[in-house]
Amino acid sequence: MPLILDHISQIYNADTEHPVKALDDVSLVIPEGQFIGVIGHTGSGKSTLMQHLNGLMKPTSGKIFFNGQDIDDKDFSKKELRKHVGLVFQYPEHQLFETDVFADVCFGPKNMGMSKKETELAAFDALRKVAFPEDLYYASVFELSGGQKRRAAIAGVLAMKPDFLILDEPTAGLDPVGRYEILDMVAGLHKESGITIILVSHSMEDVAMYVERVVVMDHGKVAFDDTPREVFSHSNELEEMGLAIPEPSKITRKLIELGIDADPGVLTATEAADSIYAALMKNK
Amino acid sequence: MIRDITIGQYYQTESVMHRLDPRVKLLGTLLFIIALFSYKNPLGYALGIVFLFAVIKLSRVPVKFITKGLKGIVIILLMTVLINLFLTPGTTAVAIGKLTITYEGLAAALGMMIRLILLIMGSSIVTLTTTPNNLTDGLEKGLGFLKVFKVPVGDVAMMMSIALRFIPILLEETDRIMKAQLARGADFESGNLVKKAKSLVPVLVPLFVSAFRRAGDLAMAMEARCYRGGDGRTKMKPLVYKKRDAFGYLILFSFVGISIFLGRWHVISDFFNSLYVNYILK
Repeated sequence: MPLILDHISQIYNADTEHPVKALDDVSLVIPEGQFIGVIGHTGSGKSTLMQHLNGLMKPTSGKIFFNGQDIDDKDFSKKELRKHVGLVFQYPEHQLFETDVFADVCFGPKNMGMSKKETELAAFDALRKVAFPEDLYYASVFELSGGQKRRAAIAGVLAMKPDFLILDEPTAGLDPVGRYEILDMVAGLHKESGITIILVSHSMEDVAMYVERVVVMDHGKVAFDDTPREVFSHSNELEEMGLAIPEPSKITRKLIELGIDADPGVLTATEAADSIYAALMKNK
Repeated sequence: MIRDITIGQYYQTESVMHRLDPRVKLLGTLLFIIALFSYKNPLGYALGIVFLFAVIKLSRVPVKFITKGLKGIVIILLMTVLINLFLTPGTTAVAIGKLTITYEGLAAALGMMIRLILLIMGSSIVTLTTTPNNLTDGLEKGLGFLKVFKVPVGDVAMMMSIALRFIPILLEETDRIMKAQLARGADFESGNLVKKAKSLVPVLVPLFVSAFRRAGDLAMAMEARCYRGGDGRTKMKPLVYKKRDAFGYLILFSFVGISIFLGRWHVISDFFNSLYVNYILK
């Protein structure tokens, strides 16, 4: 059941003197099972795009297909779409409202019409998947730390058992340790249950380490859509869009300019170290 | 959905109305409303309409944008019209069962409708052409004389500007939280009134939490910048009357004077009355 975006455009404030083109003719195919990173500068349209995938907005023009059906069709149930496509908003902890964590996680599956037993099983399963500390299952959401709240909120979406999981800047506002914990958790989800993950971020480094496909958004358009290696080799264009390429790629790139024969496509620190070491040994 | 609300919205563009001193616009609104409710004959309403549209033209705000704000008062408008239509005593025009519509009621309903529409459109021009900051500055200075009666005008103005600033922020926040809950399968539209009200709990709780958090942050930021009350604060851009403001007052007062005079002048009223008696009644 792939998600297909067919020439989507979105214009805000169309009737004023300052219309804003948030999305400009975006076409994407998202097959099942992929781990996709969407990156772009603030205001590049990535959040708007994600809301379209969840049917929360109606595009100004263009169509979105899920399972071969137009999601804006009158007889298509948006609820059904949201059951299959889970969207975790930016700062999702701000949406928690129940008296305790467990009740909040139950909100989604309950809305999806699961029985009480199914709901509770799904909630337990989701909390376990996000590695939420067991002794806090029945704590008030206001007693949790920032990282715990975020896990609880992600569990709230995961409990609906979606086939696609969209995470909009899941690491925003977390310290480096919390950041990698969340990202590792997400990568684990992809590996274990094989669900499609779309990770939205403005940090290239976050994305480079985990995903298999990178979509770069710029001014509402898809600028690149390829493997991380291929995308990050366009370092000049990316920098013009205000996106910093991962630090290891930057360093190897500088070394190549200085005449050292390293691999231009490295993404992580380990890869960079290996490549530089190999190049230096060759020169010896 | 939330984006349609236009209360207190500012329309960004460049025009004479935007540059006008907020005090002129505030007093203008007050005078315009007084004039509206003084009219006794159709000529007055006609003058009011012409004046309003001239101002709208000057402000360069699209008329469509202003009429959008009328959607919110449709129900009040309808009730007023219906009450005036059916409950004004006079000569019967149409009778539907026990309900009767009189000619007087027809005139009263029409007049009230025009008044309310002009009132809403006229007052929305002020907020559409004035930034919230300017608006509170105008109120603070315009109501400065109340300081004599120990009214803390400065503090009240600060509170107002904070409240105005928070409207768009909270609207955006509501929109975001609603979407987040929709993504979790929440349903705000179906069911009866009780169910609908209950479905708002997942929106209202996070909204209140966030409002309190924001208020706390703002208080801390103000404290950190040594805010200690309105008295004696200086302004980076103090309001100073310019030539165009004097001109604005001149136009305003002449409009009000002329339209009240013509709108209530008995000669004209008599003329319309005789038309009414001779043509409509016969």
